[in-house]
Amino acid sequence: MAESIKILTEHFHQEGIEKLDVYKKHGGYAGLEKALKTMSPEQVVEEVKTSGVRGRGGAGFPMGMKWGFLAKPEGVPRYLVCNGDESEPGTFKDHYLMMKCPHLLIEGMIISSFALGANTSFIYVRGELMYVINILEKAIAEAKAAGYLGKNILGTGFDLELVVQPGGGAYICGEETALLESLEGKRGNPRNKPPFPAVKGLYQCPTVVNNVESIATTPWIMLNGGEAYSKIGIGRSTGTKLISASGHVKNPGVYEIELGLPVEEFIYSDQYLGGIREGHDLKAVVAGGSSVPILPKHLILKTAAGEPRLMSYESLSEGGFASGTMLGSGGFIAMDETTCIVRNTWNFARFYRHESCGQCSPCREGTGWMEKVLYRLEHGKGNERDIDLLVDVAKKIEGNTICPLGDAAAWPVASAIRHFREEFEWHVRHPELAIAPGAVFNKETEAVLN
Amino acid sequence: MHNMTATVAFTPERLEKVKEIIGRYPEGKQKSALLPVLHLAQEQHGWVSSETMDYVAELLNIQPVEVYEVATFYTMFHLEPVGKHVIEYCRTGPCCTMGGEEVYAHLRERLGIETGETTADGKFTIKEVECLAACGWGPCFQIREKYYMHLTNQKVDEIIDELSK
Ligand SMILES: Cc1cc2nc3c(=O)[nH]c(=O)nc-3n(C[C@H](O)[C@H](O)[C@H](O)COP(=O)(O)O)c2cc1C
Ligand code: FES
Repeated sequence: MAESIKILTEHFHQEGIEKLDVYKKHGGYAGLEKALKTMSPEQVVEEVKTSGVRGRGGAGFPMGMKWGFLAKPEGVPRYLVCNGDESEPGTFKDHYLMMKCPHLLIEGMIISSFALGANTSFIYVRGELMYVINILEKAIAEAKAAGYLGKNILGTGFDLELVVQPGGGAYICGEETALLESLEGKRGNPRNKPPFPAVKGLYQCPTVVNNVESIATTPWIMLNGGEAYSKIGIGRSTGTKLISASGHVKNPGVYEIELGLPVEEFIYSDQYLGGIREGHDLKAVVAGGSSVPILPKHLILKTAAGEPRLMSYESLSEGGFASGTMLGSGGFIAMDETTCIVRNTWNFARFYRHESCGQCSPCREGTGWMEKVLYRLEHGKGNERDIDLLVDVAKKIEGNTICPLGDAAAWPVASAIRHFREEFEWHVRHPELAIAPGAVFNKETEAVLN
Repeated sequence: MHNMTATVAFTPERLEKVKEIIGRYPEGKQKSALLPVLHLAQEQHGWVSSETMDYVAELLNIQPVEVYEVATFYTMFHLEPVGKHVIEYCRTGPCCTMGGEEVYAHLRERLGIETGETTADGKFTIKEVECLAACGWGPCFQIREKYYMHLTNQKVDEIIDELSK
């Protein structure tokens, strides 16, 4: 693929881009001026629908369609809530976006609020990122002083107050209904759906929840049109996506890629991750945040049918869970042959046990079981039955909980066993090696044993 | 009760801030201010005591239990006294993949305490937390608002030296 198009990050390298005047100098707030001065809210929604942009928080639901579902009962306020909770392991793109270019999100929030008819909107940011919250609040004050926020914005009669709300440390508050509970000052227990937030959301009023990156696409879409956006990317994966890469790659960090980029190019090209660290080889990838199925090298580079795997919603899920995964939030975690899959799976299982809100027993109890059994295996105390027990527990959590945290906990375990079962068995058969420092199941250890 | 309120009361500047925060939400929805106000309380006292929770309940005109159940749900709130510097390191997969386990072991050894403990001089507390959304910049920890990233054993030593001064 040629020089990749940048929709979000084009000006991120500009000195002082976090300030309003610099942001404006590079085309900032032009999308907003166009939308508010020349378009109706319905037209804004239409452009977003045409763009085909899909939610960047993980589920990939078309943003314009979600906006279309928003109920509009007479005399009832509507809310827009931006999800900046970003707590899915491997994901740090929203952190990067908000910290680098707060005005991009703020401009997007104003455009989106205008489209939805919201007069008070919230940006919910995980509390650990207090320094980012301070950056956002400073930028909001600037925007307000410039007449982009407050009463009668740009003389259009549209009023908007923008509030940044800190979380308190809870992954579950990234789930949209838990986020709304949290924003109401409660524990982050997800709500039963229906009713959906579009009908009864914040304070029981119609509400749209969108991810930071989703909202940040709207200034470009306003300026260039939904049609132009829809031509970027591939098929139903339109536009660009921020990918946050971590693990054993030469250049970890946040990248904006055009959807459809071959995974192989993303990993090995110097323009992106630059390959695996010197002297090592790729073993496995978790492509879209800790929740999505882990894939071994051969299945992340190519589908089971031998087609090159692409960074797109469709291509990454090609083959279903048997041989595919998901784009998810774009948290791309690469692991080389020194990685112990059992240890990593245990680590993730501990995360989900720690973060389960405890409302639903399959998730509350199941995540605890998985963590314990995986701990046992990793520490050389497991037995043959443990592996099937894990598969069984994962199955019993999946689909049996109010919110998808249960699924998110089950998938990493189920997929690790699906693709790396022999490594789990090795831990059972060779407990002394499983606990030996530095001993990892790979081709060499296998050869020694045979 | 009155004495306690005196010790947990916000400074006048923070009281102003609380008023401003409450004003962000619609009439009658002042409970939404709970998380931001708890953060303010922790900023002032270093931790959140049950007396502080009662005081916050009074300020927001909600039941004390509504504050307890929230303060105990969210992991950022320290419900017991902590050291001057609370080091919260990320123990999650990607940071460990990027060398975290070794670096954190060095940190614990350097301070001579385990996770959850405070040094005898009351200077440092170590806490283990989950993913801080800085995975590719890991291993990492945070101390209050500040993120420390790309940690190595040497960097950890430098940070501790600096904060020990
Ligand atoms: C356990 C869990 C955690 C989630 N965490 C986040 C998050 O941190 N950020 C986010 O945008 N969406 C997160 N989501 C997805 C949200 O529920 C919601 O789908 C999303 O914010 C909608 O925005 P989008 O359509 O723009 O992606 C999470 C979902 C679940 C089940
Ligand atoms: S895993 Fe440590 S910051 Fe994400």
